Amino acid sequence: MNRSRISAVVLRILYLYRGSPQRVFPIFIWVAVDILLWGFLTRYLNSVSRAEVNFVPALLGAVLLWDFLTRVMQGVTMAFFEDVWTRNFLNFFATPLRISEYLTGLIIAAVGASALSLVVMVLFARAAFGLSFLAYGAALAPFIMVLFVTGIALGVFAAALGLRLGPASEWLIWPIPMIVSPFAGVFYPLAVLPGWMRAIAAILPPSYVFEGMRAVVSGEPAPWNKLAFGGGLALAYLVLACLMFAAVYRTAIRTGLIARYSAETVS
Amino acid sequence: MSPPVLSVQNLAKVFGSVKAVDGVSFHVSPGEIVGLLGPNGAGKTTTINMVLGVLAPTAGRIAIQGVDLRDNRSAALSGTNFAAVYAPLPGNLTVEQNLRVFGMIYDVANLTGRIEELLSTYDLAKFRSIKAGVLSSGEQTRLGLAKAMLNRPRLLLLDEPTASIDPSAARDIRAGIAGFVESGHCGVLWTSHNMYEVEAVCDRVLFLSHGKIVLEGDPKTLPGEHGSETLDDLFVTVAHEALGQGGSA
Repeated sequence: MNRSRISAVVLRILYLYRGSPQRVFPIFIWVAVDILLWGFLTRYLNSVSRAEVNFVPALLGAVLLWDFLTRVMQGVTMAFFEDVWTRNFLNFFATPLRISEYLTGLIIAAVGASALSLVVMVLFARAAFGLSFLAYGAALAPFIMVLFVTGIALGVFAAALGLRLGPASEWLIWPIPMIVSPFAGVFYPLAVLPGWMRAIAAILPPSYVFEGMRAVVSGEPAPWNKLAFGGGLALAYLVLACLMFAAVYRTAIRTGLIARYSAETVS
Repeated sequence: MSPPVLSVQNLAKVFGSVKAVDGVSFHVSPGEIVGLLGPNGAGKTTTINMVLGVLAPTAGRIAIQGVDLRDNRSAALSGTNFAAVYAPLPGNLTVEQNLRVFGMIYDVANLTGRIEELLSTYDLAKFRSIKAGVLSSGEQTRLGLAKAMLNRPRLLLLDEPTASIDPSAARDIRAGIAGFVESGHCGVLWTSHNMYEVEAVCDRVLFLSHGKIVLEGDPKTLPGEHGSETLDDLFVTVAHEALGQGGSA
């Protein structure tokens, strides 16, 4: 892979962020809104609940981690859709740029934006509601890493859908995290789910993260074996998503879709 | 004789039951400008898209500087560039940002210097910080041409390169490209519906109809050889014959 070409893809996204406050704003604002909403809800639940449960790390922590996954996915997908909206495929793909370099560039750009978002959400949650992720120390890193890889895999999968189905596929793509969340057990233990939903949860990496985090928060040892399995699943999904994107790209080259990509030419 | 910068052999593209390109063979030598002419739907853009690697041929072989496009796409395209009216550069990047991004994609050495050179050549210096999307169509065409020259390509594909440009600027741009080609460094495949331009610029023309090359020759002598007074007349004759056959590609 050529470093200059990967840097070009990253730089394109960086230029867009630099010249457009409306792209930077959502990195912070939706995170802040979620923290406020769920922060006050958890504070209220703490005040009315007789159970000796601290809802702040259980719910607010879950919201932050789920937001992180969503930001990572959206980072990849938004970077891809910038090329959809500007009809830039012909310009990009009629060059020496390889698909692997293009995807790597999208992913690096998404890493930057989501890392910034993560820092902002952690600082804001601590300042506003006293939720300190730092209290969990380095043990938190593997959990975040699994969510991170899952977010990238979802982002690449969504980009492949966008390339195959056209710009209108946005309607399908943006709700993907919402569709996944009930099965991932973000806000509740998987034990409360019916059997068929638990079967789906078993193949979703985030479900291992949130089950593990609940164990850690309640003082139990972290289930590293299960988390490692979730991490393996996330990596497998990332490989599959990249293969899917490459396959869709090859189809687009065969059918001429890349050269004629627009809302009108894609069914 | 130098080996061709572009060699196309038995190229074909079939979409369902439509043969868009049907067994086309040609070459472009260094220092040569070859015009690819034909009525709408003749297969010109399909051919160019296959040479650019964004459309896979159904059959045939494309080699750029001797490198097979199918076997080593990235290497083959590193010495290629293109400008087309239907492929404007991203409108949400400035002129300079666009040139920098594409310069990095082509791994251009001394990129900052090359960008300054092109901004000056294509009279874009005053627009360097302006987003490409708000430029006039003529300015966007000049930007597309500046992008196309970033890597000093060995093979340049130009699809209606002077469309939307006023006659004076178009003349300057034709002269600039012709000068670049005269150095013997580059070969150009040029499509246009402006027969005056084709006659002024091209060393050789290929007439496409129904995806096949039906005529080939010097644009200055070809009309006389086929009973037409001008290249424009010859184009109309070929186009009418194409319509008479009732096909489209």
